[in-house]
Amino acid sequence: MDYFLTEEQQMIKEITAKIAKEKVRPVRAELDETEEFPWDIMKVLAQSDLFGVYLPEEYGGLGGGVLENCLAVEELGRECIGVATTYAASGLGAYPILLHGSEEQKQKYLPAIASGEKLAAFAVTEANAGSDAGGIQTTAQRDGDHYVLNGTKQWITNGGEAEVYTIIAITDRTKGARGASAFIVEKGDAGFSFGKKEQKMGIRASATRELLFNDCRIPADRLISREGTGFIVTMKTFDVSRPGIGALAVGLSQGALDIATEYSRKRVQFGKPIISFQAIQHILADMATETEAARALVYATARYIDSDAKDISKYSAMAKLFPTDVAMRVTTNAVQVLGGYGYMREYPVEKMMRDAKILQIYEGTNQIQRNIIGQELNKEYGRIKETFF
Amino acid sequence: MDVIVLLKQVPDTETKIKIDADGKSIDTSDIKWIVNPYDEYAVEAALRLQESDGAMVTILSMGPERAVEAIRTALAMGADKGVLVDDPATEGSDALGKAKVLAAALRSMDFDLVFCGHRAVDDDENQVGIMVAELTGIPHLGMAVSIEVADGKARIERPLEGAKVTLEATMPALVTFGGAHAVWNPRYASLPGIMKAKKKPLEQKTLADLGVSPDEVGAQAAKMQVTSMGLPKERQAGRVLEGDTDEKAKELTRLLHEEAKVI
Repeated sequence: MDYFLTEEQQMIKEITAKIAKEKVRPVRAELDETEEFPWDIMKVLAQSDLFGVYLPEEYGGLGGGVLENCLAVEELGRECIGVATTYAASGLGAYPILLHGSEEQKQKYLPAIASGEKLAAFAVTEANAGSDAGGIQTTAQRDGDHYVLNGTKQWITNGGEAEVYTIIAITDRTKGARGASAFIVEKGDAGFSFGKKEQKMGIRASATRELLFNDCRIPADRLISREGTGFIVTMKTFDVSRPGIGALAVGLSQGALDIATEYSRKRVQFGKPIISFQAIQHILADMATETEAARALVYATARYIDSDAKDISKYSAMAKLFPTDVAMRVTTNAVQVLGGYGYMREYPVEKMMRDAKILQIYEGTNQIQRNIIGQELNKEYGRIKETFF
Repeated sequence: MDVIVLLKQVPDTETKIKIDADGKSIDTSDIKWIVNPYDEYAVEAALRLQESDGAMVTILSMGPERAVEAIRTALAMGADKGVLVDDPATEGSDALGKAKVLAAALRSMDFDLVFCGHRAVDDDENQVGIMVAELTGIPHLGMAVSIEVADGKARIERPLEGAKVTLEATMPALVTFGGAHAVWNPRYASLPGIMKAKKKPLEQKTLADLGVSPDEVGAQAAKMQVTSMGLPKERQAGRVLEGDTDEKAKELTRLLHEEAKVI
């Protein structure tokens, strides 16, 4: 469908699609098998200046917004969301600096992220703090001109590979949610190291590691915004990053639909291509309809956010929730359409189904997204006096 | 140093080709167009000279208005300027007609080297580059997989069956490029490159501008005519022979002899 993209947006889509098709598609099965980090592909994306699509021009970016980011993420995700997650997670690490960082912090960190010279990562999750970010135990103690970090972050995408990390740590435990703060940590800071690389069900090309802070001393100017704003920084970051997860899901769904449809036209049973059977047509029709609906929601939400709207949490959660549930169904159905072939690793759809699952989990489980939407509905309707019945 | 790359816009190699109703050409109504891959290697080679020797890279193409898109692609990769010869009278030209137009365009341009793919993946004629060299009166180095420039000479390598030959010519010279995507690994256009490409100079010329008479080119001047065009037959499904090795060998021999009639 024509989404009336600008010429620039269309170009971002085309160039990313070309790179994804030529550089990602041929190696995605191998990357899944070997769990090798896709540095070669990241370099190609960097050479085409794709890491800066959503960053302002004064920091070396292209001056686009959430929609531009979503377009690039979707096209990469169409071939492999393991590779696409690596790309998208760098943006997730950059957003806290972009949204809440000081001018000095932006000048210092964003240009290298925009050029793709350095990858970024964002670290909130811990062993006992997932959906409940209130359970964070990593601490940051002020000591003169420094903060001293102690604790362990878990399951951090791009962990070990990224150079720039934005992390959430507790600066004042007595203040509860208002006691958390956001910091920038650099790879190589004394007392900062990495745990082992996790072995995952899907998105195996992406690197997931623990971040270990052991009396890690960082200069006080690494604090993002003020002490106590860590949760606000986190929520605002997720508000703009969640449509990106939706975009990964749309790309993945499209990729699965592409394969299932092509296969159905070629696979002959009972003397006919199986696409001539309504049983298959109806599955494909649902896959296509849901994928398009998910895309429309992601684009609309991204545009709304880019208009500098304030009340974006509900829509942002929807733009993560719906497309990722769709991706799980669509990839599962792609395996069903391919039957025995679909279940074999020689064909790409079983990987797509394994990959899809993480979309319903990371950047806030889909249950958490429903909580956000539910709470926002409650607030919204609490402000309305009119009765509807 | 000035390098001119001759570039042709061709149907995407992944486009499903349909034969036109006339039975002599392809139906171009529903086609995605790309830069001829071998010309893309030529662009890459020229851009490497731009980086190493500060070469000025100009793209020269002939074709209808849509060919502008192909030139812009090369400009987005980093070429400096473009020239398109767009004249309806050139339609239906054979290889010699096309070479005459390109050679005429070259006469009004400065160049030390002319690059192009050794063939275009649409007609696969392997002729235009060589003819342009002849009409221009410059040496031709064919099917290069590498190029070096030093002391007013161009040196290329060309693979032979199980060997490699190094060839050299004094510039100005024309080099046609062979190899494969993996040999040249042509760069992707960067996003800022795409933006800048829109502002780079792109000149459009007609036959009158080049001083070429319409009688010399086009379908009526073509010395070679396409008489028919057809798609390959759809391949039949393979057959798997059953039995032990002896039985399978016997059956295979019988089939090759009686059905395929090749032995």
